[in-house]
Amino acid sequence: MRFAGYLRSIAARFFQRARIEDDIQEELRSHLQHRADDLEREGLVRSEAERRARLEFGGGARFQEECRETFGGNSFETLWKDVRFSLRMLRKSPGFATTAVLTLALGIGANAVVFAALNAFILRPLDLPRVETLYSVHRVTDNSAAQSYPDYLDLRDRNRSFEGLAGYNILQAGLDTGGNPARSWILAVTGNYFDVLGVRPRLGRFFHDSDEHGANSAPYIVLSYAYWHSRFHEDAGVVGRTVQVNKHPFTILGVAPPGFRGTLLILSPDFFLPMVNQEQIEGVSVLENRAQRWIFMTLGHLKEGVTPEQAAADINAISSDLERAYPKEHGKWVYTLARPSLYGDYLGKPVRAFLTGLMLLAGLILLAACANLGTLFAARAADRSREVALRLALGATRLRILRQLFTEAILISLLGGAVGLWGSVMLLDALSAWNPFPQFPVYVPVAPDPSVYGVALLLALASGFLFGAVPVRQVLHTSPYEIIKAGSTDRLVRRITLRDFLLVAQIAICALLVTSSMVAVRGLTRALHADFGIEPRKAMLMSTVLDMAGYRGDAMPEMQKRMIDSMETIPGVSSVGLVDWVPLTTGDGPGMLVFADETVELRPANAAAPALLFKVSPGYLAASGTVLLSGRNLSWHDDKSAPGVALVNQELARRLFGSGSEATGRYFKKRDGTRLQIVGVVRDGKYENLTEDPQPAMFLPVLQSPTSEMSLVVRSDGDPQHLAAALKGKLRELDPGLPCSIHTWSQAMNLVLFPSRMATMSLGVLGVLAAMLSITGIFGVSAHSVGKRMREMGIRMALGAQRREVLQAALGRPLKLLAFGSAAGLLLGILAAQVLALIVYQATPRDPFVMAGVVLAMMLLGLLATWIPARRALSASPLELLREE
Amino acid sequence: MTGQAQLLPGTLDLLILKAVSLGPLHGYGILLRIGQISRQALLIEQGALYPALFRLVRQGLLKASWGTSENNRRAKFYELTAAGRRRLREETAEWDRLAAAIASALSAKPGEV
Repeated sequence: MRFAGYLRSIAARFFQRARIEDDIQEELRSHLQHRADDLEREGLVRSEAERRARLEFGGGARFQEECRETFGGNSFETLWKDVRFSLRMLRKSPGFATTAVLTLALGIGANAVVFAALNAFILRPLDLPRVETLYSVHRVTDNSAAQSYPDYLDLRDRNRSFEGLAGYNILQAGLDTGGNPARSWILAVTGNYFDVLGVRPRLGRFFHDSDEHGANSAPYIVLSYAYWHSRFHEDAGVVGRTVQVNKHPFTILGVAPPGFRGTLLILSPDFFLPMVNQEQIEGVSVLENRAQRWIFMTLGHLKEGVTPEQAAADINAISSDLERAYPKEHGKWVYTLARPSLYGDYLGKPVRAFLTGLMLLAGLILLAACANLGTLFAARAADRSREVALRLALGATRLRILRQLFTEAILISLLGGAVGLWGSVMLLDALSAWNPFPQFPVYVPVAPDPSVYGVALLLALASGFLFGAVPVRQVLHTSPYEIIKAGSTDRLVRRITLRDFLLVAQIAICALLVTSSMVAVRGLTRALHADFGIEPRKAMLMSTVLDMAGYRGDAMPEMQKRMIDSMETIPGVSSVGLVDWVPLTTGDGPGMLVFADETVELRPANAAAPALLFKVSPGYLAASGTVLLSGRNLSWHDDKSAPGVALVNQELARRLFGSGSEATGRYFKKRDGTRLQIVGVVRDGKYENLTEDPQPAMFLPVLQSPTSEMSLVVRSDGDPQHLAAALKGKLRELDPGLPCSIHTWSQAMNLVLFPSRMATMSLGVLGVLAAMLSITGIFGVSAHSVGKRMREMGIRMALGAQRREVLQAALGRPLKLLAFGSAAGLLLGILAAQVLALIVYQATPRDPFVMAGVVLAMMLLGLLATWIPARRALSASPLELLREE
Repeated sequence: MTGQAQLLPGTLDLLILKAVSLGPLHGYGILLRIGQISRQALLIEQGALYPALFRLVRQGLLKASWGTSENNRRAKFYELTAAGRRRLREETAEWDRLAAAIASALSAKPGEV
């Protein structure tokens, strides 16, 4: 009620200001006239009576002011005055203001970024109608959602829980609209996919169940909005046009709406096509094969009133039936329902855990920032105790003074929040556009939305109140009499406080992070120049899949040979090699079990080693920089009619024969019993990631083990851009319909370097945050101790103390805390580097650069933080200080 | 002026409520009424009255309306609300208790202790 009345009076003040002013004016006039009437009756003439009445009443302005004050609506004007006063105060101490605003900006910015990610990945569901009943079917047994097509049909037709069950798989295909083939990522979906999800087309139409009549019967595609925009420039005329997908004609039916990117949050496919046409894309049909669990995920809306548990029970019952009917293809599987957006718990769980952890960390950072700012504010309030005392003595209420202090705190927190939010929006925009792996259609949906702004504002206000509340007790207990008489009345406290402990912890964490990030950066730079056993620099990769352009059987090696020959004619190219899987590019390489020649029973337990398997052309060794240690290279004569041969690396030779030297000429067996003769031994290299131990690997001639997926490694000293253009031109001459992607090998290594880059980056960001916190922490404590002891400084100087002694007295304690914290942090950092070495190649703290760097950084930090308080302590003029008292 | 008592803090509101309880009054009338009922012993500073009136209106103890005064001039008349009447009763009782206590304390004689 009272609050409503307050609001009404504010509203009245704003909308009926004139009326209320008139009211006050008129009442004043009425009063004066009544008084004048009385005076007139006592015998004065009217004009004199009115003058007397006005004089008796006193200042009309003050009266009106007081009436307005009572009215309540006036708090706006008071607030405005407070804001202006606070701004003046902050301008007077720019060091304090900047530190405080920056600290908060970092704290709130960090929180906003993490919250935006949390919001995008966990809180905000997929942008689909009735998404709350959308579930996908997951096997608990092997933590997978994959199904074979026949199983999917059974699940779809026999379940009684889903309104409809759809499925999709992620594939790559070449799309050619006429002489411009491009590799694209597609979703091969079941006919009912769009209907089950309830998505409406932006343009044209979608395909439906009724469009499918058996294998390869529905040559239609639906473009995603983003692809329509980037590839077709939003041309509405594309609907109905026929394009080539892997050399098969498909008709563009329509365009999906802008918000629809399939049902996996992090993936953004180029177009959708019916799963029944899978054979045209992959060359081999999987639709009849119950053992090949090819469908990536199945999902659908639950019927009304069906719980996820009931639906899971339903699916489990069907699964047991299938298990009985097809014991060969089925195991004992248990199903559960989960959310499709992050592949159930598979991605969802780590992402949730990671983001929740980050959110907690960000919250702690903000709390620590508030604690530090609280100290700073208390120091400021102590400095201003004389001003506060004076205002109290002049009649200001404590409430009014507190209000002013809070206005200052909130002002700083809002400024900090605005700066932080601005920074985080920039960062989030960059993140949203960022694709760490150009080979994959990764989509990071973290654009900020209103809830992010709301959270930032709330956090800013909350932290403002939090650190603004620290000096409240101090102000409430200010006695104007005591302070003006005796100056600051705080006693010096010489014991270890919680605040000291917190500060040491902050400094230690900061030193730890600084150490770790320096170790990581050094490791990373070293890693980029380390010896991998291969030479990724000055090499270009041209990757393609011959399937996409319809090459089959003998046409493949023939085309590959022609490509190599053609590329070798480019000026500046020193060598060209072919390999099916390029080392250090994408995660796990293809592998195979290797058996010693003597082994008779070829069971996995008897294998000599699992070895990575590379299918290569003779030129690969030279092109990739792999050194042949003994024996001979592969040649184009190692073809189908020649005996099976292989190159092995030192590690595989060691595993097979105990040493590398006499491996040449000996044999080993594949799992199917084929014998291969080792014709040469090559140096070990790094294959899957930079931190791995030497892995066994073998290299088979591409003519004996044909591959459709291939990359040409082209070594050249020339400019990569020119080379890329030349490569593309040569390929177009050979086959204009073959899509390819061209990267430098170093670029393609992004995926391998991603963990160490991420680790380095996060450590760096955290290190900056921690440094900022330490600076404000030390600044706060130093300012506090200097402020409290100004008088003592003055006296010391009057008695002849040197500058050094004054500084020691003023800043000894915070600097001691800094030294102690830094030492602890450095020690911890050295220990932590052992863990870091697992992620970042060649990370070691036994590095003079790191040691010196950390010490220098911490010293710089201390210098920055104590600069202002130190100058203040030195400026203590005994005369002025003593006169002031 | 002699014979006039200093107003104790907080008593202005009570006096206003009392004055208005005897019938609706405008601001100047309230001043006169307080002088009259305190036998001219209490004099209110003219400028202090109106902020107090605004406050009481805002607290819902008084309500105000424009009307015509005995001098045939426009004036704002104040009267008690139900809450105002209740407050007046409470404060009067409180005041009586306090006054009695102080009076008894001040009238104590050496023999009685």
